[in-house]
This record gives sequence, C-alpha cells and structure tokens, in this order.
Amino acid sequence: MILRAFRYLGQHTLRYLAVLGYASRMFGIVLCAIPRLGRRLRLVMDQLYFVGNHSLLIIAVSGLFVGFVLGLQGYYTLNKYGSEQALGLLVALSLVRELGPVVTALLFAGRAGTSLTAEIGLMRAGEQLAAMEMMAVNPLSRILAPRLCAGIIAMPLLAAVFSAAGIFGGYLVGVGLIGVDTGAFWSQMQAGIDVTGDVGNGVLKSVVFGVAVTFIALFQGYEAKPTPEGVARATTRTVVLASLTVLGLDFLLTALMFH
Amino acid sequence: MQGSDPYVMANINTPLAALRQVDFSYSPGERLILSGLDMVFPRGKVIALMGGSGSGKTTVLRLLGGQLFAQRGTVEFAGRDIAQCDTAQLYAARRRMGMLFQFGALFTDMSVYDNVAFPLREQGDLSESIIRDLVLLKLNAVGLRAACHLMPSQISGGMARRVALARAVALDPELIMYDEPFAGLDPISLGIAARLIRRMNDALGATSILVSHDVEESFGIADYVYFLAHGKVAGQGSPAEIRASDDATLRQFFDAQPDGPAPFHYPGSSLEEDFGVTTLRSTA
Repeated sequence: MILRAFRYLGQHTLRYLAVLGYASRMFGIVLCAIPRLGRRLRLVMDQLYFVGNHSLLIIAVSGLFVGFVLGLQGYYTLNKYGSEQALGLLVALSLVRELGPVVTALLFAGRAGTSLTAEIGLMRAGEQLAAMEMMAVNPLSRILAPRLCAGIIAMPLLAAVFSAAGIFGGYLVGVGLIGVDTGAFWSQMQAGIDVTGDVGNGVLKSVVFGVAVTFIALFQGYEAKPTPEGVARATTRTVVLASLTVLGLDFLLTALMFH
Repeated sequence: MQGSDPYVMANINTPLAALRQVDFSYSPGERLILSGLDMVFPRGKVIALMGGSGSGKTTVLRLLGGQLFAQRGTVEFAGRDIAQCDTAQLYAARRRMGMLFQFGALFTDMSVYDNVAFPLREQGDLSESIIRDLVLLKLNAVGLRAACHLMPSQISGGMARRVALARAVALDPELIMYDEPFAGLDPISLGIAARLIRRMNDALGATSILVSHDVEESFGIADYVYFLAHGKVAGQGSPAEIRASDDATLRQFFDAQPDGPAPFHYPGSSLEEDFGVTTLRSTA
C-alpha cells in the first residue's frame, strides 16, 4: 500500500518534471527566436493587433468599474478616519501597484490567452503545424515567437489602460459623485506615487505576467490533443494555469519589490 | 564528364528513398506499428502505398519526412539516414520534399495565393514579382489561378486539396508524398486529383508516394504498389500483378470482403460466453 503510494507519487513527480523541462526548453527556443523577428515585424504587428486591440474594450470597461468600486470603498474607509482627501492616492496606488497588472493579466488570460490556445490547438488539429514542419519552417519561430512577443508588449500597455481607466473611474465617483476636493484628489496622488517604485514595478509585473500568461496559452495550444475535446481541455487549462500562475507570481514579486 | 562522375551515377542509380528493416511503435514497449519493414522508392515513379486502416501507411510518410523516428532500422532519403541528420540537415532534406496532407492543411488565416506563396517566401530570397509569377503558374497547373484571392473557408474540399497540391510542389520537390489525397472527394474532383498527381510527377521528374484506399484511382496512376498489413509488406508489384494476386489478405481488401484475415469482429470473448448460452445449456 505504502509502496504503491510512493510509486504513484514518484511517477507523477517525474512526469511533471519532464513536462516542466520540455516547456522550459521550448520557452528557451521561442525566446531565442524573438530577436530574429526583426525582419518579420509585420507578423508581430498583426499579433499585437489581435491580442492587444481585441482586448482593449474589456480591459478599459473593467478598469472603469474597478475604479468606481475603489472610489466608493476607499471613501467609506477613509471617511472614518477623516482622510478622504487621500482617496486619489489610495485609488492610484491600488491600481498601479496591484490591481492594474493582476486584473489585466487575469482578463488577458480569459480573452487573448484562450484565443491563442484555441488558434494554435486548431492549427495542430488541422495539421497546419505539421505542414509547416514539412515545409522546413519551424512553427516555434514562425507561429509562437511573434505571439509571445506581442503578448509581452501588449500586457503593460493594457495594464496602463486599465489603471488609467480605473483612476478616471475613481475620480468620477470620488469627485463627481461624492464631492471629494479635485485638487486634493490629484495632488495627493502626484505627491504619493513614486514613478520608479510604484509605476516602474507595476510595469515590470505586467511584463512578467505577459511572458507567463502568453507562454502558458501558447504551450497549451501547441501541446493540445488534436481533437475538439483536446482543444477544449487545453483552453480551460490555459485559464486555470495562467490565473494561478499570475496570482502566485504576484505574491512573489510583491514580496521582492515592496519591502 | 558528368555522366561518368561516380557520385552522380550512384545518385541516379540508387532509389530516392528507402526503409530498411524498420521497426516503429509510438511508445517504447507498445505494439509495433511497423515491424522489419523494407521498402524502396525508385526515382521518377509513382508508388501507391495501400492497406487497411491502422496498417502504418501514414507512419511511413512521417518517417520519411523525419516527423517520427524508427526504433530500429534506417530510413534513407537521397542516400542519407534521416535519423542521423541534425536539424539543419533535416530541414535541408525537407526542402526537397513536398507533402499533401489528408485534408489539405491549408493555413486558414491566409488566402489561396498566400498559402502557395508561403514556402517560396520562407525558403528563398525571391522578389515579390517572381513569387507572384511562380504562384500563378502553380495555381494555373491545378486550375485555380482565378481563385487565388479566395480564403480556404470559401473553397470546396476538392479545391482545397488542389491548392495544397500547388503548395506542396511550390519548391519543385524531388519527393512528393500524398496522404489520402482522394478521401471525401466527389468523382469529378477525384479524377482531377489523380490526373494531377501523375502529371505533376512526370512534369517535375519527381518521385511520388501515394497513400490511399481508393483502389481504382490509385491503380490507374501508380507504377508500383506496396500493400501493408500488420506493419509488414503483405504484397508488392505492379498494379496488374497485385490485382491478379490470390493472397487472402490482398483479396479481402481488393474484393471488399467484410471478413477474412482481417476479422469483422473485434477480438474478445465469444457470443455464447457474453449471452451465457454455455451456462444455460450446462444448467439444463
């Protein structure tokens, strides 16, 4: 019984390590292919449009509503201590440091990540990747690298849009609806936000999330079973794995950045 | 003089591709898909590869293309063992091959024109005007020059197969592999596809390997036929020789008999056992 449990544990550990090693190797190959995309900028631009522009609306609207909620909740809490003047700072810090990068990455995983997984998975199922290999074209360089590059570029830009929309939402609720002083709202924000420490680290988080979410989506699509069920499962795995990875990485990065 | 060059002479006389004593299974320890397989593909010929479902026909194509590797034996292309090639050599070998996949495998986000232009753009430093001429020539050969602006979703299955054929021969390959090129085609498209395969092979001086279940069309264009069963060559020869064979496995396939060496029922317990007939009789 105990022996069987150990065998089961060992088998699974070995399998996960093998997958991790395989994924790391693939990540290295795709990453090395990115600098060679210089003469294929068109491919990156197309993907940037696909993963970036198509996610813009959901990111902006979500940011606005998160800003509304932050404005309300922030005001209720700060009002207890007579510090409602600091509402702008609270909203901006929450968005720039945490909510902007994290919620954007979660939304990106749901919107663009699933699209990427399904697209690559269907290319696998339709033998398009095999056809490419037979034409002596490496799909990792031709298909995965431009998409990873686009994801890395798009994520910080989308997080910036999310944060900007959120701050605007907080302003609408805090200043427009509740009546917090406009000058205090903006000046506290300006005085309290550090460009390197807060904005810079937020951008860095977004870049890390961009790499993680996009690669997970691409890997799941590339390794999907070439069946409708296989593609569906891979798409689900993308959302679950990418979300957990983003939350785990966020804790790690926060611990390293803001101590 | 080129004709007396021993390397050139050896190259002309040796077959373009060959499998020698090949064993293959998808996972170590699992059932062998191919077992001790010997096949030779001479230059300039159309060779049909036939056999029942799961007999390993497509696996042979994937071994030749270096997408799979044999556990034992050698897979040769142009005198070189594919398994011994590094990535650059494998890609160099693939540039001399073309493959038509079962359902075309066209890139769905590209037009018909861009699909055919894809290998030319990826593999050569050709100008767009030369690529344009080459693409239109290839599409003209398959009768779809005027459809170059359409997307794959706008064309029929037969047309998609013809576009895929134009793409497969875009780089004028020496070896063209066809995986079930006739599957799901109407009689007109089927006839067109068969004639195109023969015409392309003769025009390019290529070697073609045709995996198919379609007996009449395959026999109509093939110079030589390999018949695979249980991962081995069960019969080989010219189409006429294969047709005249009295081998039970071949006869079952070509006469479309439901039962024979390939059983109709999946192996398992007997009907009596499943319905408890034996038990009832013994009880009575």
